[in-house]
Amino acid sequence: MAQTVIQQAPARVIPKNKKKKLKVLWSQRALLIMSVPLLLYAILFRYVPIYGWAIAFQDYKPGKRSIFTGQEWVGFDNFVKLFTGLMGERFIRAFINTIGQSLLTLVVSTIGAIILALMMNEVRSLIFKRIVQNITYMPHFLSWIIVTGMVSVALALPSSGGFINSLLMSLHIISEPVLFLSEPSYFWGVVAGSNLWKELGWNTILYMAAMTAISPDLYEAASIDGAGRYRKMWSITLPSIRPTIIILLIMNTGWIMSTNFEIPYFLGNGLVAETAETIDVFVLRYGYQLGNYSLAVVAGIFKTIVAIILVGLANFISGRLGEETLV
Amino acid sequence: MSTIESTARPAMAAKRADREVGPAKGIHPDRFLFPIINTTLLVLLSLAMLYPLVNTLAISFNDGLDAVKGGITIWPREFSLKNYSVVFHMYTIYQAFFMSVLKTVVIVLTNLFFTAMLAYAISRKEFIWRRPITLVFVLTMYFDAGLIPNYLLIRDLHMINTFQAYWVPNIISAFNLIVIRTFMKSIPDSLTESAQIDGAGHFRIWWKIVMPLCKPTLAVIALFVAVGSWNGWLDTLLYNSGKQWLSTLQYELQKLLASAMNAGTNSGGMASGAAIAGSGGQVTTPIALRSAITVVAAVPIMLIYPFLQRYFVSGMMIGGVKE
Repeated sequence: MAQTVIQQAPARVIPKNKKKKLKVLWSQRALLIMSVPLLLYAILFRYVPIYGWAIAFQDYKPGKRSIFTGQEWVGFDNFVKLFTGLMGERFIRAFINTIGQSLLTLVVSTIGAIILALMMNEVRSLIFKRIVQNITYMPHFLSWIIVTGMVSVALALPSSGGFINSLLMSLHIISEPVLFLSEPSYFWGVVAGSNLWKELGWNTILYMAAMTAISPDLYEAASIDGAGRYRKMWSITLPSIRPTIIILLIMNTGWIMSTNFEIPYFLGNGLVAETAETIDVFVLRYGYQLGNYSLAVVAGIFKTIVAIILVGLANFISGRLGEETLV
Repeated sequence: MSTIESTARPAMAAKRADREVGPAKGIHPDRFLFPIINTTLLVLLSLAMLYPLVNTLAISFNDGLDAVKGGITIWPREFSLKNYSVVFHMYTIYQAFFMSVLKTVVIVLTNLFFTAMLAYAISRKEFIWRRPITLVFVLTMYFDAGLIPNYLLIRDLHMINTFQAYWVPNIISAFNLIVIRTFMKSIPDSLTESAQIDGAGHFRIWWKIVMPLCKPTLAVIALFVAVGSWNGWLDTLLYNSGKQWLSTLQYELQKLLASAMNAGTNSGGMASGAAIAGSGGQVTTPIALRSAITVVAAVPIMLIYPFLQRYFVSGMMIGGVKE
């Protein structure tokens, strides 16, 4: 008897709630009109393409138009093929290169941007500050195609206009020109260095914006307590921009699997392929251009799953440590 | 201007305080040494940022065959307009330039309109579907079906080799959505409430009240989208490389760069010295020609940049990416 009462009670409540909810939705119909078509759009263009993942389990022939008819299903054969044997070596190498290039870039860019933001924050002359800001933002607006072209010139031999070699030689740091783009052990550094040049100034914007929000009272109080310039940077400025640093780190963690594409694609010649080739380049070269769609899709699936795990993990760890989280 | 002032305020206040307390602690070598070192480093950094740009400009105005010898720094050695003459004689360049402009304008307009409209909806606290919709879009920042599945979708929608393949897949960008939404949330409720009492609907409030207030953020987002579209070339390679009239400036540049790179691989990673005969009867080399096209491709973006520059810091507060 008691049980039936308990069961009945929610049964009566639900339709009431539903009605109420529908009523609320009706009153918000303008907001629904604004958002639901775009939601459907996002589902079509961002999530529906998952049907293409079916190719991973097929021996896909691009010539036949449809995915679902006329293709041979092969189970997990493509996964086995991608992770074992010669192809496996090549793919795992691409995976390591992706992670290596990204991590090095992420660390160098983050530290560089924070230091530059701290330096700019100490500049008193507004005109000088504005000039430095404008100059350092500029490379961000060039396309990667243009930048890779410039990098290939900058790192060439002095006789072909390679001014980095010329500079290092005139400073007596090196005695002979270095072939930066033919030596595999330099390639990750080339990627990180190019990224640093292009995005350093731009990356400071968010930190500078966060620094504007710091109350001047904090600095004044610290000065009265006898804190010097570096002490104030360390104990006031850095802790104040910590939420920004952490949010950016979490967001970037998810993008570790999608490194810059153009540098390895254009500068990764045969001599440096062992450290240059990333997953994205692998997918474009071996998948799209040579028609190995199935293997490329498997590589893409792997990439997406790792990216989601990474960003989830970063978000979770950050939450556990009591820091900012993304969602 | 106001943003730069407010950025500087803490530092200046700190220094003022420094000066007041200073004498009690004796002489600080730090107080004059630090600004000197700091300024010197910032000047050096600015030079490092500028040099490659100036160098490219110098090479583009230098005689092609002479440029191959290297050694050009910030000024052309043998001044010549030949490279530009070859570039402007390529019949593809005008059409590619036009397509780049058209593509960028259409993407900026559609993307800004739809992203801002959605941002308004999910910025309203009373909207009960706000959280799930936000989540669907935030996930798209990290969830990517992959290059080939995306290609197959575009193919199955019959958009290969059409202008639609450029803008239709790009009308919403999740990151920009969050930035605009965060800004809209910071607008005081009192402004929209009074309009609501006067009987204005959501569309009216969005277009007449909220959008004008978002101008700085929208300006920055417009620049982001424009830069992304202008500089993008993969969409042309993947979807629209079959039709010459759909080719863009960056794609043409990429083709030229790729051929220069391939030629250069044999000679140790440098652009080759092989001469190119332009259709105008002029002779130049890949390295010089590339510099000229680089300048042509970079100038339009560099021209709109100063107008939007002042919004950068104010338009980019990200503190509220968090839901």
